[in-house]
Amino acid sequence: MSANDPALLRSPLHEWHIKHGARMVPFGGWCMPLHYTSIIHEHRTTRSAVGIADISHMGRLRFEGPGAAVFLAELITRRVADMVLNQIRYSFVTNEEGGILDDVLVGYYHDAYGQPFYVMVVNAANRTKIVDWVHRHLPPERAERPGHEVLFADVTALWAMFAVQGPRAVEVLQPLVDVDLHDMKYYHGAQVRILHPAAERQGGIISRTGYTGEDGFELSIGVGIAQGVWEAILDLGEPLGMVPTGIGARDTLRLEAGMPLYGHELSEDVNPFEAGLGFACHLVGYDFPGRDALKRIQSQPLGRVLVGIELDGRRPAREGCTILADGRPIGRVTSGTYSPTLQKPIAMGYVRPEYARPGTSLRVDVRGHLEAARVVRLPFYSRKRKGKSQ
Amino acid sequence: MNPEELRYAKTHEWVHVETDASGRKIATVGITAFALEALTDLVFIDLPEVGRSVQAGVPMGEVESVKAVSDLYSPVDGEVIEVNTGAADQLDKLPEDPYGAGWLVKIKITDEAGLKDLLDYQAYQKQCAEEMSEQ
Repeated sequence: MSANDPALLRSPLHEWHIKHGARMVPFGGWCMPLHYTSIIHEHRTTRSAVGIADISHMGRLRFEGPGAAVFLAELITRRVADMVLNQIRYSFVTNEEGGILDDVLVGYYHDAYGQPFYVMVVNAANRTKIVDWVHRHLPPERAERPGHEVLFADVTALWAMFAVQGPRAVEVLQPLVDVDLHDMKYYHGAQVRILHPAAERQGGIISRTGYTGEDGFELSIGVGIAQGVWEAILDLGEPLGMVPTGIGARDTLRLEAGMPLYGHELSEDVNPFEAGLGFACHLVGYDFPGRDALKRIQSQPLGRVLVGIELDGRRPAREGCTILADGRPIGRVTSGTYSPTLQKPIAMGYVRPEYARPGTSLRVDVRGHLEAARVVRLPFYSRKRKGKSQ
Repeated sequence: MNPEELRYAKTHEWVHVETDASGRKIATVGITAFALEALTDLVFIDLPEVGRSVQAGVPMGEVESVKAVSDLYSPVDGEVIEVNTGAADQLDKLPEDPYGAGWLVKIKITDEAGLKDLLDYQAYQKQCAEEMSEQ
């Protein structure tokens, strides 16, 4: 599919990206920037200073009404009812077999009138599937149950979303919002006013979340002010070294940080325990699709587990490459790239549990070349943490 | 080398053909600036071994970028007589001089028939423009 395909959705910043030299590529049904200069440059700038990425392709689903909390608790694998205001949780939406339909972030906020609402951020490629899944579990009689009403809306097209990531992210964004970002906890957010004329007095949601392994924030604002606010952030950030970054660097950054990507590490054929993400499954309490299956899976030995792999040579392993040990196939690579930080090829993949211990010698069949490799602990990269973020 | 005087494969390799002192036709092959710009972020090039026989239109090596792997095609029929390991070890320098220091492989041509299928500069420019508009 070409990036010009009219079926692809476009970000409110589409024209800006093109004007600033982005190479546009299809991604999850959207036309998004792969990079503006080079993936390695944008990656390194995010690690050393700060980058800004347009992530308006991420699906945003909004739930409100008196029945919203219980409805979500009966839809996703993680507890919802005990979330405190402005808290965000990583969770799964699973099918009846415990397979992963999507990995999501759910945030709990109050609107300007003090009314609670939840925002679920879903992967672009899974948005339609999850919207259908929600509708299936939210027939009118459920949505309109007196006293437990649930209002559901896909607000993706109404909101732009930016990721500002890197050690200087707080410095860049602090002048733009009316909350103290230094004190904002990791996996928390806030409804904010945006202190810039380009925001036309509109507000937004900012959260200390990201997909890079760096400190950073994600900001959702109305599409009408998207370009003005994007440019305002760049004006503030450029003196600190900020550059716009594309989905190419987003992928290498998340891979170094050991974060899974749906369609690669996660799919309907994978359960959260194999992916090492059992922490996001709360199997007592509310019943959600897949809960009983996950209980069963949890009580049995795993057939495969997700591991990090470092290769000794210079040839990167790619998705689909066979992993071997003792001369036999024992798994498959789900993502692989060259790590700009470690300056060597890294990969993630599923292997039989007996080969999952860090240090285990492997070989990866990279198009016929049996490359020497070994299991390493995830993540490949973790930032030096300081301050209050946990 | 002047890009306007080179020949090109549709697969984005450039070719410079010259006759050496002993009358052999030698093709010097590299990757075009257009292709390097499109690939960006090169991390590894696997070049053929000296002595290997190669065929026009058949992969003789691989080019790895951060994002993906592409084949390096031989634009001519012949035998590899020299490879530029220096360029392969300094990939970040490759885009600075793709038609000079960035040459990759020298091939002794064994069959000149395939040379007529190569594009001239104008035809290659046209192909690149078409690929740009498809992107």
